[in-house]
Amino acid sequence: MVVSGSAIEDTARRRERHRLLSVGARCAIPVYLLLATGFLAPLVAIIGFSFATPRGYDAFRTFTLANYATIFDPANTVWTSFARSLVLAGLTVAILAVLAYPIAYGLARVFGRWSGLVSLLFVFPLFVSENIRLYGWVLFFIKGGVLDGTLNALGLPGGPDLLFTPAATLFGMVYVYLPFMLFPMTLGLSMVPNDLIEAGRDMGASRLQIWREIELPLAMPGILIGMLLTFVLAVGAVAESKVLGGQSIIVITHDIEIAFTYAQNWPLGSALAVLLMLVVGVLTFAGIAGLDLDRILGRR
Amino acid sequence: MERRARGSDRLIWAWTIFVILVVYAPIAGGFLASLGKSRYFRFPVAQYSFEWWQRAIDSLEIAQLFRTSLKMAALVTLVAVVVAFFGALAYARYDWTGRRLYQKLVLLPIFFPQPVMGLALLLWFNALGVTLSWQSAVFAHLVWIVPVVTLVMAIQMYGFDPALEEAAYDLGASRGQVLREVTLPILWPGIWSGALFAFLLSWGNFPLSLYTTGPDTAVPEWLYAKMVAGYTPMVPALGSMATIAAAAVLVVAGLLLRLRRRRAEP
Repeated sequence: MVVSGSAIEDTARRRERHRLLSVGARCAIPVYLLLATGFLAPLVAIIGFSFATPRGYDAFRTFTLANYATIFDPANTVWTSFARSLVLAGLTVAILAVLAYPIAYGLARVFGRWSGLVSLLFVFPLFVSENIRLYGWVLFFIKGGVLDGTLNALGLPGGPDLLFTPAATLFGMVYVYLPFMLFPMTLGLSMVPNDLIEAGRDMGASRLQIWREIELPLAMPGILIGMLLTFVLAVGAVAESKVLGGQSIIVITHDIEIAFTYAQNWPLGSALAVLLMLVVGVLTFAGIAGLDLDRILGRR
Repeated sequence: MERRARGSDRLIWAWTIFVILVVYAPIAGGFLASLGKSRYFRFPVAQYSFEWWQRAIDSLEIAQLFRTSLKMAALVTLVAVVVAFFGALAYARYDWTGRRLYQKLVLLPIFFPQPVMGLALLLWFNALGVTLSWQSAVFAHLVWIVPVVTLVMAIQMYGFDPALEEAAYDLGASRGQVLREVTLPILWPGIWSGALFAFLLSWGNFPLSLYTTGPDTAVPEWLYAKMVAGYTPMVPALGSMATIAAAAVLVVAGLLLRLRRRRAEP
């Protein structure tokens, strides 16, 4: 806040601030109500169900660790789904970090007046549901599809059989989560002041040095948010493995869904979901606890 | 030095254009597939026709899907804009004691896998004894969309100068007048883009709808059911229609905003 000169202005401002304080809190009430009833309560319900009798529906009335015991039973192979999801999410983050960096850099410093249009082109796919887009890839890669058909028409042997493999699942995840890496990264890179880079260049720093010593550390908050967001979304992703992966790979959310639907074992599904929530929650809290959101979003 | 920098700029442009082409490749692929006459997709398409589009347009079932999706998106937009507007004021405009914590709590639903959130909501609705329908799905959408729209509006509100409001108060305007005459006109572009996000994100949402619509069906859900069992060219046809509808909304909204802005600056 600006420090004002005269004492009268100062008290006026203080009174204003005092009044605003309550206005701000009041403005937050609807959002808080929504989060309490639509986000917190369902999570509490899931935690309650995870301690209920297996295959039962009596949450909060019974307490048993049987569901967790089932999951941690050495004979149970559900941990492999967990491991697959974690590995896929990790790979997605690593690939996207490399893939999105040049585009984020372009949006922040190169594209100038075109950056609005370029951003829009990357935002728009978010408005098309992911299964439509993933199914488009199925039509692209399938035998007799766009790729295979084009190669055949050119007299080449048909396209490779990429569909319904773990690699196709990974490809789908990289494809779907690109915007979630790109935009936080762009915010981060826009926070790097131009003068600092020019000063570094004037003092004879090489491009690599400028990147390593100035650009990367200053853009890090944004890059980390992008990586975190991509990871937590990818670890719970399921459409990619179902549509593009053809269920050649079973991810953890698929197991949770089966427990909730076909198996009708809500307590087991809840216990699995709680473990997934732990991973997501711990990472998210660690990731965003120290962030200065005013600085990142408001560039103040 | 200068020339080298320009060379790398060109590389960045080339890479970005390539990635954009890849991003739109499956959307184009679906479009091509919807224009084939045959029951099964073969590329190159032997005979182009709008037959499957026509069938989709004539289908009463699909008209019902569109109505459901539209109803949901409209209601989500209405509620999300109001809640998120105040949410964004609390986020970026006012300085209050709990603000730092609030800013982070708002992010939590965004940092959460949507399929898991959908299942958690399904369980919660069941525990409450709520009958699932498109209305319960609207609530599910709001849990995710309100935080997103809050952020979209907050980013624009950071640029808002509170001195303008203070000046209006000093001139004797009431709180309602200030909101109507000063705050809303300045924040209008942010509200407009927030509304767009709300509408289009709800329109395209699949994971939350899947578990929370009950007997009602939204467009993405129907498409998914057909993808898993029983492909017909109606699937890419309807998918392309939904995509074109989203693009049309975006274009019209952009034009309206431009028009308004031009009128505001005589």
